[in-house]
Amino acid sequence: MSYDATYTKELPLVPERNSFKEIDDVILKPVDSKPTKKWWIAISISGTALAIGLFCWTMTVMYGIGLWGNNNTIGWGFDIVNFVFWIGIGHAGTLISAILFLFRQKWRTAIARFAEAMTIFAVLCATMFVALHTGRPWLDGYLFPYPNQNAIWVNFLSPLNWDVFAVNTYFIISFVFWTIGLIPDFATMRDRTKSGIKKIVYSVLSLGWSNSNRNWQHYERAYLILAGISTPLVLSVHTIVSFDFAVSIIPGWHTTIFPPYFVAGAIFSGFGMVLTVMIFVRKIFDMEHIITLDHIEKMNKILLATGTMVGYAYGMEMFMAWYSGYIFEQFAFLNRAFGPYWWAYWIMVACNVGFPQLFWFKKIRRNIPIMFVLVLLVNVGMWFERFVIIVTSLHRDFLPSSWAMYFPTMYDYGILLGSFGLFFTLILLFVRVLPSVAISEIKAVVPGAQPTHHNEGGSH
Amino acid sequence: MINKLINIFKKVNEDQNPWKDERSENVYAVAALFNTPNEIIHAAEKVSGDGYKDFDVNTPYPVHGMDDAMKLKPTRLGWFSFALGLTGTLTALSMIFYMNGIDYNNIIGGKPFFNFPPSIPVTFALTILFTGLTTAGVLIALFSKLPWLNNPLLDSDYSKATSQDKYGIYIKSSDPKFNQSEVENLFKSLGSSAVSLIYDSKVNEKKIKTPIFEAGFIKILIGVAIATSAITYITLNWLIFQPPFDWMVLQPKVLPQEKSKIFADGFGMREPVAGTVARGYMPYEYKGMPDSVVKLLSNPLPVNEKTLLTGQKRYDTYCSPCHGNYGKGDSRLRGQFPNPPSLLTDKLINWTDGNIYHVITNGQNVMSSYAKQISRDDRWAIVHYIRALQRSQNAKDSDLN
Repeated sequence: MSYDATYTKELPLVPERNSFKEIDDVILKPVDSKPTKKWWIAISISGTALAIGLFCWTMTVMYGIGLWGNNNTIGWGFDIVNFVFWIGIGHAGTLISAILFLFRQKWRTAIARFAEAMTIFAVLCATMFVALHTGRPWLDGYLFPYPNQNAIWVNFLSPLNWDVFAVNTYFIISFVFWTIGLIPDFATMRDRTKSGIKKIVYSVLSLGWSNSNRNWQHYERAYLILAGISTPLVLSVHTIVSFDFAVSIIPGWHTTIFPPYFVAGAIFSGFGMVLTVMIFVRKIFDMEHIITLDHIEKMNKILLATGTMVGYAYGMEMFMAWYSGYIFEQFAFLNRAFGPYWWAYWIMVACNVGFPQLFWFKKIRRNIPIMFVLVLLVNVGMWFERFVIIVTSLHRDFLPSSWAMYFPTMYDYGILLGSFGLFFTLILLFVRVLPSVAISEIKAVVPGAQPTHHNEGGSH
Repeated sequence: MINKLINIFKKVNEDQNPWKDERSENVYAVAALFNTPNEIIHAAEKVSGDGYKDFDVNTPYPVHGMDDAMKLKPTRLGWFSFALGLTGTLTALSMIFYMNGIDYNNIIGGKPFFNFPPSIPVTFALTILFTGLTTAGVLIALFSKLPWLNNPLLDSDYSKATSQDKYGIYIKSSDPKFNQSEVENLFKSLGSSAVSLIYDSKVNEKKIKTPIFEAGFIKILIGVAIATSAITYITLNWLIFQPPFDWMVLQPKVLPQEKSKIFADGFGMREPVAGTVARGYMPYEYKGMPDSVVKLLSNPLPVNEKTLLTGQKRYDTYCSPCHGNYGKGDSRLRGQFPNPPSLLTDKLINWTDGNIYHVITNGQNVMSSYAKQISRDDRWAIVHYIRALQRSQNAKDSDLN
């Protein structure tokens, strides 16, 4: 295994290979111990946000989406802004767990489980918005093709319908991928626990996994296949989300650059969110040895790369508007930058393209406080990107008589806050009840974990 | 009651082995632990080289090169994923082809009903979905034969060590070459740090061939079926009709027969403004007049296919429940009321169109007026249709000419 030599240098994890027990202890510490004060404070904040969100959610279900700021001209407001934002957040998780796995980037093991969990929670938040914005969410079953008494089928020519399939598939596959990864860890937890109840739970969840090599053989192949199918899936999901806009004929939406632009933006925002959360988690749970500064630096490099790609897309959109000679497209983009929503546009450009350029400097990549501010700006910038794309394209219609402005109401803000509450509550529960680092995977990449004498890795 | 439950809960929680996994006298396997990956690879090579078949290696993570050392065949899992993924592709394409191409056509800008390019996203998603789900399912159920909570290895010190930091190998007693002392010596000679015996669990001794026919399992199955049906029934018949899921039934509007707060007299249903007539509802000017007056009325409609079809439709809707589909007066109401008369009698044949129209509009004996249900033109169309019935039901040879 030639990559071991280069790789293990960057993982100053546990120097001796007889300290596997230490790995178990560090990773499972939050699961085995009682919650700390810090954790209670964190969950009370996120729980409050969730409660506010639930209130606004209930009000919306009871009285309808007239409570929101959407109007005739701006038919898609915070609902779709937040949907695209959260779906994008999810993409980093799959990228880390699947794409980096295929590229044999072994440093991903330390953050993969966590990032996958974030994917699942982010997609949950996203689906909450689309489910709600249909108006009567209890009828959302009709989004799926099933034989019904009205004898009608869904319209497969509609990008919104593709979205239903893409997002649901994405959620299910991410969940399966995550669960399959958890099985060996449940087995480890089952064998460690001293509590009878936990033992029953872990035994059932581990399905009786016995770490047998006859199982590992198939398990590794299955993991590879799941990574292999998740890779095109994650690229396709945001592509299909971008079709929701690109297939329409609204100036500012109707562009072919949208799919790659959206995917790059999704990975960008996702890495921003992964870093935001990870910085806290490694601090709170003393995992600085497992999620190291090297990991964070690598992720910052990816932020720099994807942020620059997004910047290229912004520039190219402007160029295409001018080069197309289509006056409505030209107006849409001038209006974005200098119209009533100029501030949103320039926040977006500054946060997504401007500030991440600081990551060219190694000192900043490895400086946690500065970096933390930068990733927060990335989160803000990417939220504004979706706001700019959706609201500014809609608010200046082909008909000047229907021009309007968008004013979100307290319910819009409340549900947005609630989605963050839901996300962080789920994250906090996740780090408490499940191993937030894949134990069996991290053990496999510790120095000395793999045999040295067989023929496969000739370089040893 | 609650205290009792809490006590049970506490008891189970303190008990480190709630499964009560009783072991039998039978040796299931001889197991050995090693400390390094190199040793376990060596041990696996030796054991497979000695011709043992029923053995396995347990390691906390997949050890590279172990498949070769154990002489395992390459996994065939990928073929299952491929085949079932392909099934997903075909399912999606045929689904879209049937739903949009055949059964329910959407007319959108003159585009073809079934069109391949816009089918790609959904086809792609379903391919991935099928592949992913089947890969996971096949891995668990078919290749790993899980769930298997009665695995005798579980709960042994051997298993607990291999899920943490030790590398273990075991040879099952079911192996044809198995000899307890020989195997123990083999492991010791390989430098094992601990050799132990694993006894079979009592549950496995019963040799249940088809666990799905066990009484316990069937009970659980029935329980799940009942619970699922109950929840489904309650959801579909009760829950989705509770507020706020009111299906737009509750709306701020006045329904027929309801009170109105707006009008002083409190009536929700209003009378027309005095002296006005609703469009198409001119009052019948011969209301209550004798037949002799109305028989001079003539049918304003021409006899053609369209009129007759309209007449047929209205006749079938409004007249046939009493007079029968062919005007014979033989509907299923016969015997329950004064018998509805046949429309094919000589009396009716000799009536003028005006007479028939008058009866429909004005009513006669038990039959009430149909002026409110059927518009004026449609009534005249019915008259034409009745004439057609009268002729067709008493057809003569000469009619063929």
